[in-house]
Amino acid sequence: MGRRLALFLLLAPAVLWIGLLVILPHVEIAILSFSQRVAARVYTFGFANYLEFLAEPVYWRTFARTALLSILVTLITLVISFPVALYIAKFARGKSKPVLFLLCLIPFWASELVRTLGWMMLLRETGILSHFLQAIGVIGRPVEFLYNDGALVLGLVYGGMLFMIVPLTNALESLETAQIEAGYDLGGSHLTVLRRIIIPHAMPGIVAGSIVVFMLTVGNFVTPVMLGGKNGLWFTEQIYSQFITRFNWPQGSAFGFMLLLLSTVIVWIGLRLTGQGFSETLRRS
Amino acid sequence: MNKASLSYRLYILAFYLFLFAPLVSVAVFAFNASLFPAPPWKGFTVEWFTGTGALFGKPGIFRDPAMLAAFLNSLKVAIPVTLLSIVIGTANAFLLERREFPGKALLSMMMLWPLVIPGVILGISILAFSSRIANALETWLNMDLDFLRPGLFLVILGQLSFILTISTLIIGARLKKFDRSLEEAALDLGASRLRVLTTITLPFLKPAMVGAGLVALLMSFENFNTTLILVGSDAPLPIYMYGQMREGATPALNAASLVLMLGAGFLATLVALVSPRKEA
Repeated sequence: MGRRLALFLLLAPAVLWIGLLVILPHVEIAILSFSQRVAARVYTFGFANYLEFLAEPVYWRTFARTALLSILVTLITLVISFPVALYIAKFARGKSKPVLFLLCLIPFWASELVRTLGWMMLLRETGILSHFLQAIGVIGRPVEFLYNDGALVLGLVYGGMLFMIVPLTNALESLETAQIEAGYDLGGSHLTVLRRIIIPHAMPGIVAGSIVVFMLTVGNFVTPVMLGGKNGLWFTEQIYSQFITRFNWPQGSAFGFMLLLLSTVIVWIGLRLTGQGFSETLRRS
Repeated sequence: MNKASLSYRLYILAFYLFLFAPLVSVAVFAFNASLFPAPPWKGFTVEWFTGTGALFGKPGIFRDPAMLAAFLNSLKVAIPVTLLSIVIGTANAFLLERREFPGKALLSMMMLWPLVIPGVILGISILAFSSRIANALETWLNMDLDFLRPGLFLVILGQLSFILTISTLIIGARLKKFDRSLEEAALDLGASRLRVLTTITLPFLKPAMVGAGLVALLMSFENFNTTLILVGSDAPLPIYMYGQMREGATPALNAASLVLMLGAGFLATLVALVSPRKEA
């Protein structure tokens, strides 16, 4: 009897948390997303919100744009981070290894908002980059580097970097240096060794990092709002504006489900293509 | 392993410059004696921290009532989030590591979900659900339930929904490493279950509990997406700063950011110090 009571007491907070803060709220937005307004304050079941998503080009274009740019951001983050992780794992010696690794973590102690503020200061027309380029004579007058897709991608890549470098470094740590040297001894070029030995070994890290970066990018809000251009909407902004600005909760809920669907499908495809499991991947990162 | 080539090392150098450029910019221009957080450099000042506003027409952050109110709101959220994360995270760790019950695999998988759900969606779902509850209760009981409307209480719930996952993972990982024979030895020696828990198991878990609490504090202070959706009229610090950023930044924002960075750095150092070897 005492053990059953103890189990019940231990179960209660977990069930309340998952039930009241995760499952039921998602059931609620699922219901909302399938309710359509037929008159003032009268709603019925229907697909109007999803049809509206397909009918209005701004909505599905923003959706497609968010998906494609997020994939692009993930790939760029991977390409930039890989040499850094390889350097930390295999080239850095002695004290420099933990120091370099720790230096990668530091920027992520600062909040997303602070990092975004930093990029705004660097890139804006009156900002540091523009001033610097004028000072060395590359440009003749102030140039606006902010509010375009380049700045948006830059900010998102920066925000995802850590979540790529950590799993990559962990994966590459376990690669035996002797194995790389054997590759060279057998006459392999840099490229062959990279392609045949290093990348296959790093695959679990590549998948884990890419999935986390993709999910963080798709769900990002501050970076696209602050760094992106006026015409460069992000899908989370659409959800926010339906919910908070227009107070159209059913439409916003449908958008929310589209976003969940997007990240689930892309992550599932990624796992399928590389033959990795979800839980292990999540734990690894 | 061969030594890295020069171009490779230059790439690494460029990478670290890229990594620190935005943060250094924020920090440096907090001390610029100018109305705008931009070059040219007009001289060093701490006016944006402690100034009365006589010089630039805007007070420094430590004397700005709006900024201080936002900081207080952040504390009102972060303290309950931290305490509940530790208590519920510990309960969850015992549940998952020590108990068997039907549906355990499903429950432990669901506990990971909040990490993969975008913060904006956690926000809107909790907002929609709590509004439904509030509306239903108000109709039945004829009572105003303001705490279920956007405001700090909902922000606390919203942040808990995913921070609990993290505290559960941190404390659970530590409990997994615990040697059960220590508890058995204490029981054999005649200690009660409660005494074993308070003198053996919990002291072993303490570093992870403190670490989870510090991580929760940091995440609560810095959370933006979920908070933005659930916030009412009392804005916590990140929401207030976001509003200021949209109006046009002054170096006061840089000053606040620098203080936040230093605070976060301090917390992160504490986390590193309390965590048992090899798990930072």
